[in-house]
Amino acid sequence: MAKKLMKGNEAIGEAAIAAGAPHYFAYPITPQSEVAEYLCWRIPEVGGVFVQAESEVAVGNMLFGAAATGMRVFTTSSSPGISLMQEAISYMAGAQLPVVLVNIMRGGPGLGGILPAQSDYNQAVKGGGHGDYKTIVLAPASVQEAVDLMILGFDLADKYRNPVMLIGDGMIGQMMESVEFPEKYRDPVSPEGKDWALTGAKGRKARITKSLFLDPEKLEINSIELDRKYKRVEAEEIRFEKYKVSNKNKILIVAYGSMARICQTVIDELEEEGISVGLFRPITLYPFPGQAIHIEAVKANIKTVLVVEMSMGQMIEDVDRYLKGKKPIEFYGRTGGIVPSPNEVKDKIRTILKSKKAESK
Amino acid sequence: MLKQKEVVMAGFGGQGVMTVGQLLAYTAMDEGKQVVWIPSYGPEMRGGTANCTVVVSDVRIGSPIINNPQSACVFNRPSLDKFGPLIRAGGLLLINSSLIDVTSGRDDIEELLVPVNDIAIKLGNPKVANMVMLGAYNGATGIVSFDTLLKMLNVKMGHKKELLDINHRAIAEGRKIGEKFRTKAGTK
Repeated sequence: MAKKLMKGNEAIGEAAIAAGAPHYFAYPITPQSEVAEYLCWRIPEVGGVFVQAESEVAVGNMLFGAAATGMRVFTTSSSPGISLMQEAISYMAGAQLPVVLVNIMRGGPGLGGILPAQSDYNQAVKGGGHGDYKTIVLAPASVQEAVDLMILGFDLADKYRNPVMLIGDGMIGQMMESVEFPEKYRDPVSPEGKDWALTGAKGRKARITKSLFLDPEKLEINSIELDRKYKRVEAEEIRFEKYKVSNKNKILIVAYGSMARICQTVIDELEEEGISVGLFRPITLYPFPGQAIHIEAVKANIKTVLVVEMSMGQMIEDVDRYLKGKKPIEFYGRTGGIVPSPNEVKDKIRTILKSKKAESK
Repeated sequence: MLKQKEVVMAGFGGQGVMTVGQLLAYTAMDEGKQVVWIPSYGPEMRGGTANCTVVVSDVRIGSPIINNPQSACVFNRPSLDKFGPLIRAGGLLLINSSLIDVTSGRDDIEELLVPVNDIAIKLGNPKVANMVMLGAYNGATGIVSFDTLLKMLNVKMGHKKELLDINHRAIAEGRKIGEKFRTKAGTK
């Protein structure tokens, strides 16, 4: 299919259609309202359902109900809106329902601001709602990748019967890039073959979808079942990308999403100055590619691992968890809607290298 | 040739800076280049400032945020004050001299003054000032071919056929100024 120039927000909407998921529940919030603006005319063209709910709490519960029917359903929102959905996300995880949630993050906490941030990392990868559960978390670094990961997200949600969250930031949502969609769009995915879907019990035994298990033995069994599923996700679904990682690197940057793109420029520009830096970019934030980071980080040429985030430092805890103190970890981050410039990150790297030099003297 | 080119388009909301930025991005994409168009966004109101950055590259584009762009087209004074100092040494600054009566004061960049509003009014529609600027910018830099640019204009503005002609003429007026500037700069 021909390339199109599209805003990230619009491309995310179109990607859901391509994935056979024309059922959308949402409430507008900056910086992702263009998704709803786009889908309000696009969804009727393909015969799906678009409900603009009265609040994000309602969105969450509409998703719960619609997901239980076995159709592919999704929402898009931004940080405060995603917080309001946490109860339903926990319920859907408990009831093992597939759903795709998009968080185009803005600065927080609270109402915060409307400019790009990555400060919902912990909320996304550590659960967010109550109970022992995980959401699979995908972090695109370009508009094309947002499209590809949306489609993958629906497949993973169905495969594992679990909520999948795509997290971008205001920059991914607002920027336009060239993008290609699959040649062939999926037909709206039907509940056929989903032996758990509530499709009307005529002629078969009734099915039950719930997250309430008052018998502790049964609740524990549910949690053990979920845990087994997460182990499988951790074994099979880790995705990442390495950029200019080599045995000449002095520093290994770990960054995701748009922050990783900025670091790519940092690496290209430092290379011209003769400073070799590599980038490790997690694409799945849960499951986290910690082992793969460990393998790169412990190599003898790496002096320091630098984690760069648009937050006060959240993913750094996961990097730390896997490195177990085997390499020094430094952090650089800006937040509140401020996007670190390549120059700031370069300065941070120069400072690190200078202090390393002083140490070795 | 540089592998990557960047331009900031900046002005008041309503001057069409986002539109010309997008048209440039569409055109470059049609020519097989990597492109990113990124707007400034915020709690803005009509009459507030607006700007977008367009990055055109032969290779994968890293940061869409550019600290020091190679060039900028400024449509009003606040935009000159904001972006004039940020342009990379050796870069190019196009100034809308209809509304801005000063220059950047820098001697390490090239400046081209284009009275885009006056030209647009003379053509018969003040709204095409943005296209005059785009014509001048592309005339001076040659980032895309004018053939592709006009083709994409027809595609993107096909639903407003009555406005196509004046937009074509606006780009042509700007182009003359830009190409004259480039020839002169080339003979220096």
